Amino acid sequence: MNNDEIRVSLLKRSRASKNERWGKLISGACITIIIGVVVSIFYFVASKGLATFFEDKVNLWKFLTGTVWNPSAKDAQGNPQLGALPMIVGSFSVTFLAAIIATPFAIGAAVFMTEISPRLGKKVLQPVIELLVGIPSVVYGFIGLSVVVPFVRHLFGGSGFGILSGTFVLFVMILPTVTSMTVDALNAVPRAYREASLALGATRWQTIYKVVLRASISGIITAVVFGMSRAFGEALAVQMVIGNAMLLPQNLISPASTLTSVLTMGMGNSVMGSLSNNALWSLALLLLIMPLIFNILIRWIGKKGAMRS
Amino acid sequence: MTPRKWDKVATVVLYMISIFIIFVLAFLLLYILITGLPHVSWHFITGKSSSFQAGGGIGVQLFNSIYLLVLAMIISVPLSLGAGIWLSEYAPKNWVTSLIRNAIEILSSLPSVVVGLFGFLVFSIQMNFGFSILSGALALTVFNLPLLTRKVEDSLQAIHYTQREAGYALGLSRWETVIHVVVPAALPGIITGMILGMGRIFGEAAALIYTAGQSSPPLDFSNWNPLYIASPLNPMRSAETLAVHIWKINSEGIIPDATQVSAASSAVLVLFVLLLNFLARYVGNRLYAHLTGVKERN
Repeated sequence: MNNDEIRVSLLKRSRASKNERWGKLISGACITIIIGVVVSIFYFVASKGLATFFEDKVNLWKFLTGTVWNPSAKDAQGNPQLGALPMIVGSFSVTFLAAIIATPFAIGAAVFMTEISPRLGKKVLQPVIELLVGIPSVVYGFIGLSVVVPFVRHLFGGSGFGILSGTFVLFVMILPTVTSMTVDALNAVPRAYREASLALGATRWQTIYKVVLRASISGIITAVVFGMSRAFGEALAVQMVIGNAMLLPQNLISPASTLTSVLTMGMGNSVMGSLSNNALWSLALLLLIMPLIFNILIRWIGKKGAMRS
Repeated sequence: MTPRKWDKVATVVLYMISIFIIFVLAFLLLYILITGLPHVSWHFITGKSSSFQAGGGIGVQLFNSIYLLVLAMIISVPLSLGAGIWLSEYAPKNWVTSLIRNAIEILSSLPSVVVGLFGFLVFSIQMNFGFSILSGALALTVFNLPLLTRKVEDSLQAIHYTQREAGYALGLSRWETVIHVVVPAALPGIITGMILGMGRIFGEAAALIYTAGQSSPPLDFSNWNPLYIASPLNPMRSAETLAVHIWKINSEGIIPDATQVSAASSAVLVLFVLLLNFLARYVGNRLYAHLTGVKERN
């Protein structure tokens, strides 16, 4: 055989190595697109949301603490009335209340699934929780509207729309998420811990309460914070039951609103680029920042938990 | 109270909590099915929706939901496969990779409303797609990508490294090993994840209100040319999906039978999602059994 031919074929890239480069290129391109999407979400929402403060010169502090939301009218000094406090209070109250109610139930169910009866847990509760996750949020909203709202109205009077109804709906919505994450946290506790405690003569409940739950506390808190981040961003189900009144909520059964509910109701009714539209984008920016804060919180808790063990 | 009595009390309480959760699910499902199913008929599933009178159907909405689902999956499956392969097989262990992972995590934790608004701003307005199926499918892709990518990466990571080494030992390149060895072995997990993702997309409404729109123009089901304006396949027409329809008739609608229509639509929606969940489990297990010869996956 000609020496040159061998030389050429040895120095040329083989088909496999060309394939390899293509494969790397294609998969790299896919990841680049995803990163591009993340960056552009932040860029677009931030540029729109910050326009309220930089172009329309709205005071950030007044925006966060004002209680009157009426973008089309101006107050006595001629400043636009953009007070987002009612929505912020609404969002945080439904989130925290839902988390407060959901946490004991989630921990109880998770303990049942890991410590009391793993067999029933896997056969019955696991599928139940998976099904609960699968139900779409509008369906939760519809059930909230046709069951929870009349129930609250019947029990406490008023219209039935309000923070309490929103809390109930969110409670059911975040319960499965928090439960399954808590189960993971409990399963991560080494078996030896339980055996050591039982060998010391502790009852099952003492073992659960004094050993297992304490060893997995950072995992449980992470689960709850994650559930809260879910609850904070939930839009339609809450919007359907909260009453959509842009007032500072007086009590749990008076109509209120959340950041998400104002956005879903208002975005269609305002003109792009107008002040009221920019103000809505500022709310969206708040909604974008909160999951970030929750995320950082989760990481921080995870790190603290990891250091101790 | 002795510790032993406390133990008994705690056990009873834990049982009660578990029963309560099961009761909640049973109530939800029974409520939807009992109030909704009597209203579901062939006429309801295929009929046109009405804006004012009672007796409207959900035919167009159901079609829109399925069409959007298909389009969104067509866009997001290849992207998430590529991204998952990169993360699992090619990603170097450095700060750039961990930054990318964090970015994907953040994308998956964003509220769907924000994703919808982003889609509205970028796809509907900047790219001039308007309220269209295309904008909706792209928004759903953004919403779905992080979870699918994670699922693909996890499934690929679960494949033992000896399988890759066997591929390299046979003289395959890394890419060939991935395509011919690792991805087929990870297929059950990937497919399960994809079908579950479909269930999520099918029920999603918040991301679609301002991208796919809240109205459905009259459709001509005899003309399937995608370029024809009233064609069901035209990706540039606005399309109200089933989930959006439920939201709309409950919050803004004025039809007199809103409760029945939304109960029936919810029933259809929930049955579809449940079907997808069972399908995911079934297909995953069958595929696993087919590929490995092991009967039961734990």
